[in-house]
Amino acid sequence: MRVALFVTCLADLMKPGVAFAAIRLLEHGGCTVEVPQTQTCCGQPAYNSGDRATALALAKKTLAEFEGFDYVVAPSGSCGGMIRAHYPELFRDDPATLKRIEGLASRTYELTDFLVNVLKLDSVPGDFRGTVTYHDSCSGLRELGVKAQPRALLATLPGVTLTEMNEAETCCGFGGTFSLKFGEVSTQLADNKCGNACATGADAIVGGDLGCLLNIEGRLRRRGDLKTQVLHIAEVLAGRTE
Amino acid sequence: MELRSNEFKARAAANLGDAKLQKGLGLIKVKAVVNRANAVAEFGDFEALREAGKAIRNRALADLDLYLERFEREATARGAVVHWAENASEACRIVVAIARENGVKTVAKSKSMVSEEVGLNDTLIEAGVTPIETDLGEYILQINDAEPPSHIVMPVIHKTAEDVADLFHEKHGTPRKTDPAALTREAREILRPKFLSADMGVSGANFLVAETGSTLIVTNEGNGRLCTTLPRLHVALTGIEKVVPTLEDASTLLRLLPRSATGQAITNYVSVHTGPKHIDESDGPQQFHIVLVDNGRSKLLAGEMREMLRCIRCGACMNHCPVYQAVGGHAYGWVYPGPMGNILTPSYVGLENAVALPNAATMCNQCGVVCPVKIPLPDLMRKLREEQMARGLKPWPERAGLALWGWAAQQPALYALGTRIAARFMKWLGGSEKLIHRLPLAAGWTNGRDFPAPEGRTFRELYKARRK
Repeated sequence: MRVALFVTCLADLMKPGVAFAAIRLLEHGGCTVEVPQTQTCCGQPAYNSGDRATALALAKKTLAEFEGFDYVVAPSGSCGGMIRAHYPELFRDDPATLKRIEGLASRTYELTDFLVNVLKLDSVPGDFRGTVTYHDSCSGLRELGVKAQPRALLATLPGVTLTEMNEAETCCGFGGTFSLKFGEVSTQLADNKCGNACATGADAIVGGDLGCLLNIEGRLRRRGDLKTQVLHIAEVLAGRTE
Repeated sequence: MELRSNEFKARAAANLGDAKLQKGLGLIKVKAVVNRANAVAEFGDFEALREAGKAIRNRALADLDLYLERFEREATARGAVVHWAENASEACRIVVAIARENGVKTVAKSKSMVSEEVGLNDTLIEAGVTPIETDLGEYILQINDAEPPSHIVMPVIHKTAEDVADLFHEKHGTPRKTDPAALTREAREILRPKFLSADMGVSGANFLVAETGSTLIVTNEGNGRLCTTLPRLHVALTGIEKVVPTLEDASTLLRLLPRSATGQAITNYVSVHTGPKHIDESDGPQQFHIVLVDNGRSKLLAGEMREMLRCIRCGACMNHCPVYQAVGGHAYGWVYPGPMGNILTPSYVGLENAVALPNAATMCNQCGVVCPVKIPLPDLMRKLREEQMARGLKPWPERAGLALWGWAAQQPALYALGTRIAARFMKWLGGSEKLIHRLPLAAGWTNGRDFPAPEGRTFRELYKARRK
């Protein structure tokens, strides 16, 4: 099974370890993982900012790079949701490309969704020990139905105890460029999220999207909490990737 | 209602620091979110009901002209008078003319957002007619120097019982009391004689039923029923999009509306008004006027915001919106706050007069998943953002930043170089703490948050190195 990794721009720039962890998990599940080298961004920031032309150009670029694989997997519900739920809308007036886009969309998965529902993994190589609480990212949850999958995978790790926070499904306030344009509101929502997460007493806040995690960690540290870890689910599940 | 939507950012930021407001807003989660969740769970297949609601509203909008004509015919046949208002001032003119022709001095009003939209109270006052709000929340606002509502269903959610205690003590000259039941009793004692002496009642309409020519309202306080039956005239003021084909359709939507709004299976009162008082009836108004307001709605029908016309004004989108929950309704600066307002306000008052609103959302889609008629609110906000881009209504730094980034993202070699530099620069900024406290061009982020520093080398570099 040839699987292309959609690295995501945030993992590429901010946390390469997340992409390596995703590769390790996919290989653990028996996939041949390839990483198209010219990939950059799925186009979501442009799409959500109203710049349809740029979003369309980046979608075409992504299509060309990823079309030839059995599956495309992203360690992000946000990028995965963009390709799966929004690309088809971008090509509604271009029937020839739309067919190809729908094919790509149907083969594109968020990482934990893929591990559980396609690879049917019942064990992962990670060895994390401690209590975690899981933040459901909006796109993964509401566009792709990612809810049970990360929890099922965490449950395979004997050292992990999951303690649910209140309002786990409420937005952390990131929202891409929203976090810059409406900084005060965004910070308040991040603060609410930190409050709910910390109330569980968990050692780590875990999630599936780096955007949310950077936002949550950024607020957490500003609040003076230097102890609680903020981890991507791939890092927890894959263990050491060095 | 005075339009202040372009002040969103400043007012939102101010409201975040308003402790009393935050206390009031906290109640939304308790009152509306939890109650709705319980009502939905108890109902069973709520998803099928949402689909049915969406289908009914789509059917009505597909032949809106025909259903409105049918409504007019049936209502007229039953003795009502139907008026058509193209815009806000025409709506007000019609109501004032009805009042003048009938020597009306006072008007008892039940809750109507369309009356807020067209600014009816101010026009009535200018014409020498006294409007009295009889919904408890709206009454509180009216005696507080006509403060605007901050929610379409719970208009005083921004106030605490303490605020109301102070206000009643000051305005009524009665001993201060904080017990909500006692405050309600006090308002009722003041309002009851006003119902009895009002010459005209003004209500809204949650639905217009085409097959019977009826208007339908839902209320919990019973004031709506008093307003529409005691005075000798009843004027129902509502938007043209509220029409549904049949009573059966209205009853399906009635299963959705209160559950979505307040988590009630049904409101305390559901009133259907079909014509004025009949010869063999002892109660009811002698005249029944129905004012159907367009005010921008027919324009939406032909455009990309068409799906917004399905809205049945339950308020679930704002109740569940994390941004609304944080900043409250007044920040939105017009009649309709929250996600519905992010679309309705720019649609009705002009995109240039509400530039921030379509962007004032994280696109979390919590609104979309609770909307009883499945309006894809984030998609509609995105379309408005596209229109802003096309019309040059976005600030130039945003446009320039997007253009630069978008261009670079299409040049993989250049992009790779740019990210290598950025990763190193940001790592350096983060220092030994690995946290960036201030980031150029990103004060919006770093004023309230640190920015976790990157590891220093991009995935692309590390992956290539490992493959060698």
